[in-house]
Amino acid sequence: MKFAVIVFPGSNCDVDMYHAIKDELGEEVEYVWHDAESLDEFDGILLPGGFSYGDYLRTGAIARFSRVMQEVVKAAQAGKPVLGVCNGFQILLESGLLPGAMRRNESLKFICRPTKLKVENNQTMFTSLYEEGELVTIPIAHGEGNYYCDEETLQKLIANKQIVFTYENNPNGSLANIAGIINEQGNVLGMMPHPERAVDELLGGADGLKLFKAIVKQWREANVIKA
Amino acid sequence: MYKVKVYVTLRESVLDPQGAAVKNSLQSLSYHEVKDVRIGKYMELTIEKSERAVEEVVKEVCESLLANPVIEDYRYEIEEAVAP
Repeated sequence: MKFAVIVFPGSNCDVDMYHAIKDELGEEVEYVWHDAESLDEFDGILLPGGFSYGDYLRTGAIARFSRVMQEVVKAAQAGKPVLGVCNGFQILLESGLLPGAMRRNESLKFICRPTKLKVENNQTMFTSLYEEGELVTIPIAHGEGNYYCDEETLQKLIANKQIVFTYENNPNGSLANIAGIINEQGNVLGMMPHPERAVDELLGGADGLKLFKAIVKQWREANVIKA
Repeated sequence: MYKVKVYVTLRESVLDPQGAAVKNSLQSLSYHEVKDVRIGKYMELTIEKSERAVEEVVKEVCESLLANPVIEDYRYEIEEAVAP
């Protein structure tokens, strides 16, 4: 399976993402610059964290208009797995691939620490290797992770089981303790915590690795012809 | 030429953590008459005259980029400016 790590000016978790895929997962991965005009050769798209375009105006607001985002939308429509982490999640929200928006953390502080997440939905291509209700430890690092959507959207998210991860101890004021949501089709996941930073016990935990393994497993089952 | 002033603020229904912090600070400075603070952004645009009505252009840029309609409202003032 071949992954693309999209790199915007100001991305800073791209190397972590690359490392997770190449060294821990053992799959193919390439950096793709924000002006790329095609993602056809890739099977999975990863939007890393950081401060794309300096977070000017709003987080993710400028990145959304970069050339490659047209291709990310196409890939999402084609059903390819698209994972946005942290700033990547914010970009997915701004681009309308996921519903809602981010506000400043309730405390107004940038929070950087491991958090306990609950797997609310393990019936997705990203979470199939977790148990339903499993608690996992994955670090967060953000100043704007306070998720918001209107009541109607929230009810829809709940009814469709689109809330994939919630915080056990809400760190930022996020609505309904939301840490990660998926689109209705089930192939675009946005989450504030960084699974790519939890892929090796040496780094303090490997709870994030299963998320990437699940993507590969699903892709293999769908695309590799069994002999 | 037009000089356009755009104000973007969080919607009334959306909690504004920055505004709440500033309100608390003002109250701790004993300005108890300050009941609410909302923080927003102020932008000045200079727009050239074209075949399109300036309001139409301003609304478009506000909705496509300057404000996020999920959480923000915008308002604007348009002034005709004399080119220097």
